[in-house]
Amino acid sequence: MQFLKTIYTIWQRELIRYWRDKTRLASTFIQPLMFLAIFGSGLRQTLASGNLGVDFVQFMYPGIIAMSVMGVAFFSTISTVWDREFGFLKEILVAPVSRTSIALGKTTGAATIASSQALILLILGPFIGIKINLAIIPELFIFMILLALAISGLGLFIASLMKTTESFGLIMQLLIFPLFFLSGAFFPLTAVPLWMSIISRINPLSYGVDAFRQILLRGQLPEAVLSQFSLHSITINGLFLSLFAIVMVSAAVMAFNKKS
Amino acid sequence: MHIIKVENLTKKFKDFTAVDQINFTVEKGEIFGFLGPNGAGKSTTISMLSTLLLPTSGKASINEYNIQTQTNDVRKSIGLVFQDPSLDDKLTAEENLRFHARLYDVPKEKYEARLEEVLKLVDLWDRKNDRINIFSGGMKRRLEIARGLIHYPAVLFLDEPTIGLDPQTRSHLWEYILTLKKEKQMTIFMTTHYMNEAEYCDRIAIIDNGKIVAIDTPANLKRSIGGDIITINTSENEKLQKELAGLKDIVFKHVNGEWVLEVKDGESFLPHLLQQITTPIQNVTLRKPSLDDVFLKLTGRKIREEDASDTDKMRSMMKMRRGH
Ligand SMILES: Nc1ncnc2c1ncn2[C@@H]1O[C@H](COP(=O)(O)OP(=O)(O)OP(=O)(O)O)[C@@H](O)[C@H]1O
Ligand SMILES: [Mg+2]
Repeated sequence: MQFLKTIYTIWQRELIRYWRDKTRLASTFIQPLMFLAIFGSGLRQTLASGNLGVDFVQFMYPGIIAMSVMGVAFFSTISTVWDREFGFLKEILVAPVSRTSIALGKTTGAATIASSQALILLILGPFIGIKINLAIIPELFIFMILLALAISGLGLFIASLMKTTESFGLIMQLLIFPLFFLSGAFFPLTAVPLWMSIISRINPLSYGVDAFRQILLRGQLPEAVLSQFSLHSITINGLFLSLFAIVMVSAAVMAFNKKS
Repeated sequence: MHIIKVENLTKKFKDFTAVDQINFTVEKGEIFGFLGPNGAGKSTTISMLSTLLLPTSGKASINEYNIQTQTNDVRKSIGLVFQDPSLDDKLTAEENLRFHARLYDVPKEKYEARLEEVLKLVDLWDRKNDRINIFSGGMKRRLEIARGLIHYPAVLFLDEPTIGLDPQTRSHLWEYILTLKKEKQMTIFMTTHYMNEAEYCDRIAIIDNGKIVAIDTPANLKRSIGGDIITINTSENEKLQKELAGLKDIVFKHVNGEWVLEVKDGESFLPHLLQQITTPIQNVTLRKPSLDDVFLKLTGRKIREEDASDTDKMRSMMKMRRGH
């Protein structure tokens, strides 16, 4: 009971802080609009006749959602580093609550913010000509949450090791590019060199993109074309993302528990 | 029952020993103080006792719970006011306290009453809905104390509670702390490097370079210096000298134009002295040895001097930054 109450308390504080930070709030709306404007109008013209057998924007859209989830989830986990810098982390760590509930509160907080932004992208999709079958929305949203949890877990683990916002930002910069380019968002990962394929197998983003794409394009493309892009079954994608989130949150708990 | 019990507690950071084999006990309801200069190991001791830092060796218990094996029970037993600020600037005063109360499992039905109680205690009740980024340093400090109290801890740790506060706010804070002790029978463990604050403690430990060099009541520590100091001014020095020479149990010197007498018990000696001598006196003072004198005697250094040189260093650094 106290366990759940702690998760809720920490989660709620993350959301209150997010809600009061007008810059972050504004960027939640501006960023998806920007993505869609660039990808929707700009890229559609240059890349209209892709050789993938599918409209390029339709192909990219899952990647845009994944990228946006990743960006927001990572950025939201920075709150742990801020808490350390401003002394508030001590207040949390000295409380008689389990470190697991603290880490879960932080992770679900970041994941909630990231999935709400993904939801906005989903709502805006039809405006740039993305065809979305209403029936798939629940399934899609579940995977958005799973991806958000996995990335937030990773972010929290890194944040738990970092002393300053600067070092956290630097590590994020280093991570975001390989994660994104080896996620399958730009090009299918079905025919890439071995090293790329190995990295993509531990890259949570590739599982997210893979799941989003299968869910979104199912029924719009012939099975045979779709299976050419696909890496794993939906179930495997879901399992990997959940497992990844669990491992990362546990690692963060261990880092919090270290008392030098 | 000793509410705090510390045996041979030691903390090393690599080769550097920050806390060196310290031993002490604190009784329930006591105000126990750690007095020492910067870097003495005061905060490090608090970090270990509050389970935030693992000791290198030795052991300690709070409320009979072991700080290494029963961390959750220890955490439930303590309230903490850290040396550095630890409030959430984006939340209101009330939200900061509610967050804390939830983590410490204060029952919902008791929360409202306690909120009012602790906020009134620190005079912030009418500011409870304000975002704390507009609070002054003193208000934030008071709020932190209220927060440390809202779960009714058995032991309240105050790490330099009055640092950075003006003298008026400082003495207000002390009123609160003394009220707490009286009303709640709370045990308070505090650190300070202000001599006059150490005087409020029931007992103090003087700590220097990670070692405790003395533990006793402030009165006893000063008594260990051996007597009081009386100074007398007069225009008839020769007459006074003759008269003083006729008295027993005193040591006297003529320093900087005044007579300095070292006596065992100044309070009872002074009336006696004034009856005995007939020389007209311009003025007389009775001075107790200060804790500063005690620290000086035990370590060969003054606490205050270090403080002064530190602030001087800071000032010159700031000047350099501004390009003077
Ligand atoms: N994490 C750490 N790593 C290395 N050295 C440390 C660490 N924490 C503290 N120290 C060192 O331990 C010594 C004691 O520090 P501590 O903070 O306990 O002093 P203090 O008595 O609280 O001083 P102050 O009055 O300035 O607060 C200092 O020399 C400090 O540099
Ligand atoms: Mg300190």
